[in-house]
Amino acid sequence: MAGNDVYNAMGIYVHVPFCIKKCYYCDFVSYVYDREKVQRYLSALAREARFYAGMLTREEKRAATLYIGGGTPTCLATEDLVEIINFIIKHFDLSAVREITVEANPGTVDREKLTALRRAGVNRISIGVQSCSGKHLCNLGRIHTFSQAVEAVETAAEAGFDNIGADLIFGLPGQSTGEWKSCLNAVAGLGLQHISAYGLQIEEGTPLAGKIAAGELSPCDEDDEAEMFTDTMQILRKKGYRHYEISNYALPGRECQHNLGYWRNGHYLGLGPAAHSYLWGARFANESSLGLYEESVNSGSFPILSARSNNQETAMAETVFLGLRLIEGLNLEDFRLRFGKDVESIYGEQVNKLVGDGLLIRRQGRLRLTERGIALGNRVFSEFV
Amino acid sequence: MGKERKHIRNFCIIAHIDHGKSTLADRILEITGALSQREMTEQVLDKMDLERERGITIKMQAVRLDYRAADGREYRLNLIDTPGHVDFTYEVSRSLAACEGALLVVDAAQGIEAQTLANVYLAIENNLEIIIVINKIDLPSAEPERVKKEIEDVIGLDASDAVLVSAKLGTGVEEVLEQIVRKIPPPAGDDNLPLQALIFDSHYDSYKGVIAYVRVLHGRLEKGMRVRMMATGKEFELNEVGVFRPAMTAVDALEVGEVGFLAASIKNVKDCQVGDTVTDADNPAPKPLPGYRKVTPMVYCGLYPIDNVDYDDLRDSLDKLKLNDASLAYEPETSEALGFGFRCGFLGLLHMEIMQERLEREYNLNLITTAPSVVYRITTTAGEVLEIDNPTKMPPQGKIEKMEEPYVTATIMVPKDFVGTVMDLSQDRRGTFKNMEYMGENRVMLSYQLPLSEIIFDFFDQLKSRSRGYASLDYDLAGYCESKLVKLDIMINGDPLDALTCIVHQDKAYFRGRQLVEKLRGLIPRQLFDVPVQAAIGSKIISRETIKARRKDVLAKCYGGDITRKRKLLEKQKEGKKRMKQVGSVEIPQEAFMAVLSIEDK
Repeated sequence: MAGNDVYNAMGIYVHVPFCIKKCYYCDFVSYVYDREKVQRYLSALAREARFYAGMLTREEKRAATLYIGGGTPTCLATEDLVEIINFIIKHFDLSAVREITVEANPGTVDREKLTALRRAGVNRISIGVQSCSGKHLCNLGRIHTFSQAVEAVETAAEAGFDNIGADLIFGLPGQSTGEWKSCLNAVAGLGLQHISAYGLQIEEGTPLAGKIAAGELSPCDEDDEAEMFTDTMQILRKKGYRHYEISNYALPGRECQHNLGYWRNGHYLGLGPAAHSYLWGARFANESSLGLYEESVNSGSFPILSARSNNQETAMAETVFLGLRLIEGLNLEDFRLRFGKDVESIYGEQVNKLVGDGLLIRRQGRLRLTERGIALGNRVFSEFV
Repeated sequence: MGKERKHIRNFCIIAHIDHGKSTLADRILEITGALSQREMTEQVLDKMDLERERGITIKMQAVRLDYRAADGREYRLNLIDTPGHVDFTYEVSRSLAACEGALLVVDAAQGIEAQTLANVYLAIENNLEIIIVINKIDLPSAEPERVKKEIEDVIGLDASDAVLVSAKLGTGVEEVLEQIVRKIPPPAGDDNLPLQALIFDSHYDSYKGVIAYVRVLHGRLEKGMRVRMMATGKEFELNEVGVFRPAMTAVDALEVGEVGFLAASIKNVKDCQVGDTVTDADNPAPKPLPGYRKVTPMVYCGLYPIDNVDYDDLRDSLDKLKLNDASLAYEPETSEALGFGFRCGFLGLLHMEIMQERLEREYNLNLITTAPSVVYRITTTAGEVLEIDNPTKMPPQGKIEKMEEPYVTATIMVPKDFVGTVMDLSQDRRGTFKNMEYMGENRVMLSYQLPLSEIIFDFFDQLKSRSRGYASLDYDLAGYCESKLVKLDIMINGDPLDALTCIVHQDKAYFRGRQLVEKLRGLIPRQLFDVPVQAAIGSKIISRETIKARRKDVLAKCYGGDITRKRKLLEKQKEGKKRMKQVGSVEIPQEAFMAVLSIEDK
């Protein structure tokens, strides 16, 4: 039931679990770069891609987007990255692909690598700038400076990219609202097509959480963080960026198509360790350890750690809370076409309450967060799970 | 039945929490072959999970053991377990009354504690033969000689025969059994007198009804006979009598001196109270055994389901707990803030915590517990005397002629280095110094007259932390005294939260009010709007804080398509909400209702 999706072409995500050095705040799966490990990973990845290619129908193989994320994809050698793109193109149908993104970290890209990627079909680069201050970059365990980040942006443009995005993090330990505003202004001046601004999430078990627990760093004040969030909306909108998702801003037409697929609760295939898929009405999570991932693939099985079928109820809830992350909101007609039911017939009570609290608004066939609701999204979303 | 009375020994174990009572009992069970090692989950006598976790015994158990002594004879030993906490003193006294002897177990490193002392005195009052067991001699810090001397100095018992034991390793346990046989007298009693059997415990069995644990003092308890409970006057026909080995095993009769159980399809534990005397309905004893007392709750609190739909479940669960615990009292009440719930009475704070935890764990209920209260006695200007167990029921100040509150005599044993800090604490809690006794080397015993209400507000925790765990406490109700008390109301978002209303001493009202408001500000999560928190006496606001509105609460990342993770986070957030009570438009977490309990921990 849940599979009857209005978004036909899927997204493909490839997880590259390698970094030069892991950042202190990161709890994604990643290993320190090692040439031999990478070769083993690549052969497993290719094999996993073949498994799916063998399973999927011709229709299902059509991909609208490809997103290579990590880790740090660009820590791989140019030929290795190009190889990934090539075998994805070989095994799936990318004839109508709209977007191929590679995540890049300053300090791991140069003119030659970026040019090769552009030539291989990559049309979007997402650069992990994170902060403009040396102090904060150092606290986060980043391996680059802000000027290296600026350089990476320039090099990408020179290599022919006209769709470049930057990731930023606010709410850093010891960060003031003034610092954040000047950082935003600096980054908004770089001519980027896309800016993501995430509030720092302190994940359990990370070195950053340890430093905070030990009192070496103190977390950002809750009210300051809220102010930074509001400042972000104001500054970036003024600079001509369209706020299209809670944490994402883009020049018109430059929204990240791949991520839009997630928020519209579309289908996607995730390859690589710890990657996630949503196919055939079920969610799959891959083995997160590289070793187990390889072992599984090499023994001929799908490297799946856990799977859960989504019944209609779950699919509806997910469609709502993901869709509401988009500033344009949830298209009520699309929802009705997809599930054969009206949002309000199922969630009427919640919607009324949230509208009453001033967190949601009904407008032009859509249900969307109010300005206040954007900052308090979790309050809204948790009503639907 | 056959075992001659002179070969019966009835005994119990007196020990402070953690001094190793349960481990010793386990070893005794093992040696006498009552249970093989494999059959024993650790510490058989402590049946409830909760007891095992806390390492304390809440509910007594009894067990019959067969032991072949060094003299070559077969003895029947009845071990009656006793709870080791101040809330259950009465139960302890009843199980002592069922014995001729007691093992006094003292930790070789820590020495005697106040609670042990209180129970030893009880045992001496009951003319019990005391066998001294110094346990944990395997510890590097063990000082058996010092502890022996302390026992002699403090209690005045001859400790020269004390058995040195490591229950953990099994050392000395045989010697304990030998002393039980040699020193504890066999039960006295007269077969020809009318039946008198003491009920020292009970539990509820869903097939057999209430199972009463009894000790026969005179006469004979036989299957099929008609018995009368002398305090309640209720009569029953015995379906079954039996013994614990340790599983319940039916026998034809229990003779003088024997310990066992009776079952008579008794539906209600109230009809079968601890301390009552069982007699033959056709040939009743002229009077009951001494010492019976109706158990009265000392501490009351409100129990409310977080979700009102759980009200019926809560009532059913209380009914079930009540089956096993006659001391639990409850009746329906309503709170403006919390809706429908129950006012429940407990023997003490531990008893209350245990019941609350059992309701949450065994019956899966999410509960709000309101601040505990003692029973205040109020004389109105009209001359009426009211007993108030719920602070919200306190009449307006103008209508009160006089207010009294219960006081206790508290006995605190503490190393001399902590005397100052313990005195500080006691004075702070409105205590009046009564006495200080030297208890041998290094330790003193302080007596204070203290309001019970001050003891239930984390006095014990404070005592422990201020004495680095060395102080021990025992208390006895000493009666009512007049006090200058006022009602302190808490208002959240302008509305009085009746569940947080408390009665405090006039001199402390401002301080308490301020502390409470500060504490609540920390405990109540930020809402979507500013929430004022105020403390008031009558119509006068004495303290105010504001919980600022939450402005941002949103997850940033998409985690590379890991929707499940995102979902789990949202579910967790929703789950957290379920643990909160919606009062007006404010969500208040469970802990906030207990805030009044621990306002002094800074």
